Amino acid sequence: MTLDAFEHEKSARITAINWAALAEDEGKRLKALGVDEGAEVSVIHRGVFGTRDPLAIRIGRMTIALRRAHALAIEVEPA
Amino acid sequence: MSRDDPVRHHKVALVGNPNSGKSALFNALTGARQKIANYPGVTVERKAGRLALPHGESRELIDLPGAYSFDAASPDEEVTRKLVHGEFDGEAAPDVLVLVLDAANLEQHLVFAQEVLELGRPTVVALNMVDLAERDGLTLDPEALSEALGVQVIPTVAVRRKGLPELAHAIAEADAHADEEAHSRWHLTLPERRLAAKHMAKGAILSKSTRHSIENGVDRVLLNPWIGPVILFGLLFVIFQAVFAWATPFADALEGGVGATSAFVTETVPEGFVRDFLTEGVLAGVGAVVVFLPQIVILFFFILVMEASGYMARAAFLMDRLMAGVGLSGKSFIPLLSSFACAIPGIMATRSIPDAKDRLTTILIAPLMTCSARLPVYAVIIAAVIPQISIGPGVGLQGLVLFALYVAGIVGAMVVALVLRRTVAQGAASGFIMEMPRYQLPRIKDLAIGLWQRAWVFLRRAGTIIFVVTIALWLMLSFPKAEPGESQMDASVAGMVADGLHPILEPIGFNREMSLALVPAMAAREVAVSALATTYAVDAADEEVAADGVTDKIAALWSLPTALAFLAWFVFAPQCISTIAVARRETNGWKWPAFMVVYLFALAYVFAGLTYWGAVALGL
Repeated sequence: MTLDAFEHEKSARITAINWAALAEDEGKRLKALGVDEGAEVSVIHRGVFGTRDPLAIRIGRMTIALRRAHALAIEVEPA
Repeated sequence: MSRDDPVRHHKVALVGNPNSGKSALFNALTGARQKIANYPGVTVERKAGRLALPHGESRELIDLPGAYSFDAASPDEEVTRKLVHGEFDGEAAPDVLVLVLDAANLEQHLVFAQEVLELGRPTVVALNMVDLAERDGLTLDPEALSEALGVQVIPTVAVRRKGLPELAHAIAEADAHADEEAHSRWHLTLPERRLAAKHMAKGAILSKSTRHSIENGVDRVLLNPWIGPVILFGLLFVIFQAVFAWATPFADALEGGVGATSAFVTETVPEGFVRDFLTEGVLAGVGAVVVFLPQIVILFFFILVMEASGYMARAAFLMDRLMAGVGLSGKSFIPLLSSFACAIPGIMATRSIPDAKDRLTTILIAPLMTCSARLPVYAVIIAAVIPQISIGPGVGLQGLVLFALYVAGIVGAMVVALVLRRTVAQGAASGFIMEMPRYQLPRIKDLAIGLWQRAWVFLRRAGTIIFVVTIALWLMLSFPKAEPGESQMDASVAGMVADGLHPILEPIGFNREMSLALVPAMAAREVAVSALATTYAVDAADEEVAADGVTDKIAALWSLPTALAFLAWFVFAPQCISTIAVARRETNGWKWPAFMVVYLFALAYVFAGLTYWGAVALGL
């Protein structure tokens, strides 16, 4: 399951990230923020005006905004 | 870079993640006397100040751009990486590093901290914002962290000056060892660093209550998919009201000041070239730009409050979907918002956009946001040709036309962005990944320093680029001197340029006076009004009387299609040399400003023409 489809406010563990689907800088940025294989995240906000884009996720004590396109490249499982 | 040189003073640098409270700490350590410049060759700001050490000496303190990693993903991070590694041309590596960590976000910040410590330089850790960590229910053990990292760890609260003497003391101690050989320490991979960070953070946290941080609750409202945007637009409405309503008395006072100075010069300096140069060139030209200072200061006040409180990242989040539609991201929102006051600070604010193509596109469309200099032009023309009738409860036709002009600029900008992102600024769909900082109460001193810096940058620009440009334009308008009976405008170089322009502008409904007014309006758009006043020989010293006179003349002499075409022209035309000059500076060359000028003039020509012929066809 991708992070995009994962249940709201539930803890998810990242099992794989399709780095090829991300631009190089975006991959670097995500890694630097700790979004990487093995990390635990949860989706806490999603979309504006009924769209599903962008998302805000919680990782550790940080909140990070990213796009749905990024969330679709992130495979997760329930943590 | 000689480390043995006894004359060279040591340099201290703040380094840390974005949102570690680094800038607040920098302000607290150096005070208001800061030097802001660009690093050579890049548009990344270099902030430097003086740090007083306990034994009476002082050191240069620089605030390095925030970085998540030395594996640079943005120009800011690239500067930080090169600088601390001593690879930056023209700038020596700092001798002492002050590593700033967010106490409430240790596990994350300790990852980059290890990269910094691997350099083996004399380093002191500022465990910053310990008060916010306590608010979140964390009790920390600085000693344990100090042991784990092998350097001194000083708990600080920059905004309340807590821990600053201790930090200065620790910096002085590290400074004493600065001339020893650096011996780089362990080298870990990213997963290893993450694991180590996790362990160190665990060891440093004495107790952790389950209290929820306030962010969750506040964000539930501010980032709500429906309520969030409504709150944002409400806030924007208030900001716009403030920018235009609050600034008026200050702008009037500035204008009065410029007028009084001009009168003083007229009285004291004998008639001739020098007097004309001072009054008509320097004071009129630079004064025309400086009157925007109050609006810019008010706008930046709101922007700084939004930034310092942590709301700006939320605004970017809420706007991202909309901006993504035209190939931009939420990060372009702030520069474009600033451009409604003036495109100059707007273009400068694009530095916060990490993606180069995004940034370029934002710079290129910033002049399409209706800046406040267009208002006087719009006001005069609308008053002259649009009847003052009501078309609904509380809705006047004149106001509606003004609103339509704003909308035309925004829609134009969106369409242009869409086209640019598919052509000249082509690139991967721009991403939007950003940390959302925690909410904080902005501190007055930080706001004051920020405002002073923005105002100073604007004034310095007015004193240099804008000064030179207005002088050049004034010379064009003043020479050669007119024969008796001939108008100066007609005889001048500018007049000749206007004569050359007129055949080109005639097909889109412009009369000769309009072509003439466009030339001096290159200095600042609102000059078009006074230029029209001059050409229509409206003899009035007071600007408002002059504007009224122009309104009457236009109402009598211009057809409605001609006036509408003139309005459409001003929506698009790059009638502001200062903006072009700033675009050159921010893109490091003439290529993009030249492109900007050409495309904007082309759009202005086409739309003024469409408006004119459309209106004629409709029989208006």
